[in-house]
Amino acid sequence: MKELTNEILNNLYVCMVRIRLFEENAGKLQENGKIPGALHMYVGEEAIAAGVMAHLSDQDQITSTHRGHGHLLAKGGEMDKMYAELFGKVTGYNKGKGGSMHISNLEVGMLGANGIVGAGLPIAVGAAFSNKFRKTDRVAIAFFGDGASNEGAFHEAANLAAVLKLPVVFVCENNGYGEFTPQAQHQAITDVADRAAGYGMPGVVVDGMEVIAVYEAAGEAIDRARKGEGPTLLECKTYRFYDHSGVRGMGFNYRTEAEVERWKKRDPLDLFKQHLLDQELMTEADAAALADSIRQEVEAAIEFAENSPDPDLSTLLEDVYTN
Amino acid sequence: MADANTQDKREIPYVMAINEGVHQIMQELDDTFLLGEDVAGVGGVFGTYRGVLDKFGPERAIDTPISEKGIVGLAVGAAATGLRPMVDIMFMDFLGVCMDEITNQMAKMRYMFGGAATLPITVMTMGGAGMSMAAQHSQSLEAWLIHLPGLKVVMPSTPYDAKGLLIAAVKDDNPVIVIFNKLSLGIKGEVPEESYEVPLGKARIAREGTDLTIVALGRMVYEALNAAEQLAELGINTEIVDPRTLQPFDTDTVIQSVKKTHKAMVVHEAVRFGGMGGEIAAQIQELAFDYLDAPVARIGAPFSPVPFNPGLEQAYMPNAEKIVAQAKELLDR
Repeated sequence: MKELTNEILNNLYVCMVRIRLFEENAGKLQENGKIPGALHMYVGEEAIAAGVMAHLSDQDQITSTHRGHGHLLAKGGEMDKMYAELFGKVTGYNKGKGGSMHISNLEVGMLGANGIVGAGLPIAVGAAFSNKFRKTDRVAIAFFGDGASNEGAFHEAANLAAVLKLPVVFVCENNGYGEFTPQAQHQAITDVADRAAGYGMPGVVVDGMEVIAVYEAAGEAIDRARKGEGPTLLECKTYRFYDHSGVRGMGFNYRTEAEVERWKKRDPLDLFKQHLLDQELMTEADAAALADSIRQEVEAAIEFAENSPDPDLSTLLEDVYTN
Repeated sequence: MADANTQDKREIPYVMAINEGVHQIMQELDDTFLLGEDVAGVGGVFGTYRGVLDKFGPERAIDTPISEKGIVGLAVGAAATGLRPMVDIMFMDFLGVCMDEITNQMAKMRYMFGGAATLPITVMTMGGAGMSMAAQHSQSLEAWLIHLPGLKVVMPSTPYDAKGLLIAAVKDDNPVIVIFNKLSLGIKGEVPEESYEVPLGKARIAREGTDLTIVALGRMVYEALNAAEQLAELGINTEIVDPRTLQPFDTDTVIQSVKKTHKAMVVHEAVRFGGMGGEIAAQIQELAFDYLDAPVARIGAPFSPVPFNPGLEQAYMPNAEKIVAQAKELLDR
């Protein structure tokens, strides 16, 4: 595992702030009617994407979930092409054909957000198969939620990866809800990582609000995969500060304000910022300057997206097949 | 030593044609691998993959757990990262287990990603009734697949087409589902020894005729050929079109035939209601309405699961006798 240098700490923080500001603005744009369709945002879960992706290069692959913007940003996605995709513009990563739920960029190894819960796991296993087939030390990461751990795809992917000893890490972002159903009502276990034992792989639980903890646990699992020792199930306990979809969602009364506020006291960005301040690795002024510069990046990216053209209607049937 | 002339006329069974195609395409393309349940160690339960493990080794011939979602999902991820997976779904009925991977992942990824993903996946599977395998090992579910933009679907009837379509499917950069037929495994036919492709999307005239066009899918081509011999005795000269590829469908060849014969019948083993015959009949009436002397006839299985009892199963399946009876009605004989 790469030693946790000050440079890496700084990069982790930048990554988390970029995700937070991207998502906050995406939420506003959706509320203003500028982004069509559903939008599942990553606010509250930033430490996981940042901590895992810090170990990866463009050659490593990930598969994502409904909640994929943070994963793509951390994997090297550019804000302008991402906003353009959320707007459905032709300049977006998917030429406006996929939107938020299918956002992808194969060039940086991001094999797509996915509209089907759990479907990314077997696909990541396939990417890991490629890595082994080609005798590389690349790894594939499958992000998924507590809800997805009840899908058959999770179980088949876990078993297949373990028995074929493939270089994949299954990263569970346990935010306590499968859509609107609390974990206690959708599975009879507390730790999704317990399921690893059933497949003969290590299961690790980590505080998903602490980016350094995620970084360290992910580093061990990824090292293990790169060395050919097989998959790991890494469960990160986290929380989504926004609703399942949208900022305020559909107004369902399924969790209390008190619960949300309790989790917000453990905001991963606040926790990490305080750590960096305490360690004198950053000043308030540094943090403010960084936020300003990222705000400018966000504004420029939104402007790019707004000014980009819609796909021409003649592209409707393009890319169904390749010739 | 056989000379070139006898080699051309070499006849081998359908199962051996598939096996030879698998070997030759894996030899030719080193980014291919074979994945599925019992495909390596025992060479496939139908024998279609015999010898592949010995020839290509365990890195390219992989036995998986019984895990269809995992198999097809793995293929999607492997293809998206540059490999050319050949996966086996032992019985077509098992597609139900991995239908998300087929429908929502494999078929759509390229489009959803704005053309960024290329998925050269071949899914080989075995359809059809006639072996008392009952309701969950005997279906013809091609209608599920032809309805999905992004997929190509082929259904070879002859040994020649089984090998040639398989090789073309693997070389194609789109996901292709190859539906073989289990009752055809022993049927012999001419198959060249060398590697060759039967182009996807091109139908074949299995028999030329002037009085009636029968579009027959998969093994039903043989039933139609048998029926045509009986009809010939009644002075009815039947033309048989074997589409070979169901998606994309070679509408032109069918329409040209119907314009010549003025009468059309579609025969498939799948349940008639909602089967591909409805689509073909609709295309014929859209494009050749003025040429038709009678409504397009459709023969398929009745609206029932496939029964186990051999007698019931025979009653269930379309066959030459049913085709002859329907043809007589159509031609008012």
